[in-house]
Amino acid sequence: MDTLHLDQHISAQFNEDLEHLRTKLLEMGGLVEDQLKDAVKAIETADGALAEKVIETEKEVDQREMALDQESITILARRQPAASDLRLVMMVTKATRDLERVGDEANKIAKMAIALNAEGSDGGRGYVELRHLAANVIRVLNTVLDAFARYDVESAMDVVREDKIIDTEYKSAVREMITYMMEDPRAISRVMNIMWALRALERIGDHARNIAEQVIYLVHGTDVRHISIGDIERALESKR
Amino acid sequence: MTEAALKEAKQPSEINLESGPDAGEHQTVGAPFHDNAKITVRNVDVFYADKQAVFDVSLDIGKNEVIAMIGPSGCGKSTFLRCLNRMNDTIDICRVTGSIKLEEKEILDTKIDVVPLRAEVGMVFQKPNPFPKSIYDNVAYGPRIHGLASRRSELDEIVETSLQKAGLWNEVKDRLHAPGTGLSGGQQQRLCIARTIAVSPEVILMDEPCSALDPIATAKIEELIAELSENFTIAIVTHSMQQAARVSNRTAYFHMGKLIEVNETEQVFTNPDHKLTEAYITGRFG
Repeated sequence: MDTLHLDQHISAQFNEDLEHLRTKLLEMGGLVEDQLKDAVKAIETADGALAEKVIETEKEVDQREMALDQESITILARRQPAASDLRLVMMVTKATRDLERVGDEANKIAKMAIALNAEGSDGGRGYVELRHLAANVIRVLNTVLDAFARYDVESAMDVVREDKIIDTEYKSAVREMITYMMEDPRAISRVMNIMWALRALERIGDHARNIAEQVIYLVHGTDVRHISIGDIERALESKR
Repeated sequence: MTEAALKEAKQPSEINLESGPDAGEHQTVGAPFHDNAKITVRNVDVFYADKQAVFDVSLDIGKNEVIAMIGPSGCGKSTFLRCLNRMNDTIDICRVTGSIKLEEKEILDTKIDVVPLRAEVGMVFQKPNPFPKSIYDNVAYGPRIHGLASRRSELDEIVETSLQKAGLWNEVKDRLHAPGTGLSGGQQQRLCIARTIAVSPEVILMDEPCSALDPIATAKIEELIAELSENFTIAIVTHSMQQAARVSNRTAYFHMGKLIEVNETEQVFTNPDHKLTEAYITGRFG
């Protein structure tokens, strides 16, 4: 098959359009990732200015969401993509939405940072749990963006599995928080703020999982939403 | 997003192209067979003199199914289609081997009479080719030579129902005796379809029936294909992948004389099994 050049569309412009779409999604991912890291750091270091910066970035994330949607619609209208190209465009529109939501959740965490600052820190009950969950969620978000960049289904599967662990950690952290509140009712309002931040982190884990499922769809064309991890593994096994 | 990952990031075109059998080893992937086959094709080879144009094609065409055949120019899809009603007989140097059965009847059997065969398996061509006769006579021609009507009133009825099924009746009922060649391109093509269905075929073959038509006439023909599939089995060759995606139940992809993949149309256009199919429908042939 020496006459085939499978790595190129006949239309160089189409190549560029798809590549641009992909790069823009990765850029948006990077932006949201920074937002999350900054929001968590703002809580840990009681840095109000950093929290304000996170909230400020939200506008840019929203703009990027709209720009990516517009680009996707243009490609659908002008190119009528098929097969992997079609899956890429569909995946990008969905992942864009998830990333925008991650930005929203990071925003919530930043607001909690400001609220915690206003109340004054008291030796940091709940911070250990928060730091632990945050570290895992930040890692998962990073992994899923890498998985998309490399079309790496194995990494995407790791994210799907990791999200289960994050859910469990979240539940156990919430139990801890309830204990703290029962032990010291004066701390209820402060611990509630941490609980909201924990909740936001857990939601970000869910969005990372959604994107991971989209990466699997992109690469294999298999819809793995709303099925158990075991079923996903079996579905992917048949693709090997 | 790390810099390293960005650098390592694959091109969109790289995905999903690593899998699938090599084109060199020939085996049709997907679902070439059908539980309720109208036409059963097995191991068909077609030669033009010494040159082989179609290689070992096995395929079922299901009853009341619309199957689209796609592939680059010269891939053998039209040649294959023309085997299904022995149109290749008209080419002296063309030789067809293997087996093609219309239900139980062997189409390739040299003893069968091709005239009734071509009534059973009708054909619509790329360019509308009405006879230089009236609209009425164009449609009535087939029933007359096949002796399908004993009285004038019966013939009138066949002409009317055929034109209705072809979606042309309302446009031509007041000028049935005007020449067929005076109609627009889209109307002429629907007249040819009416002429084909007037002899009650079981299968209709269409060889790029819309490539000479504008988008509105094309949409009408496509709508017609959907309606006709209730009563007929339809095999359509098309260069328009969007058309294949719109009208067909299954899509067959040909490449260099080989049947590469047959699958449900939905699957072919979202997640084809073979990398050659993927390359073709995504426009990656250079």
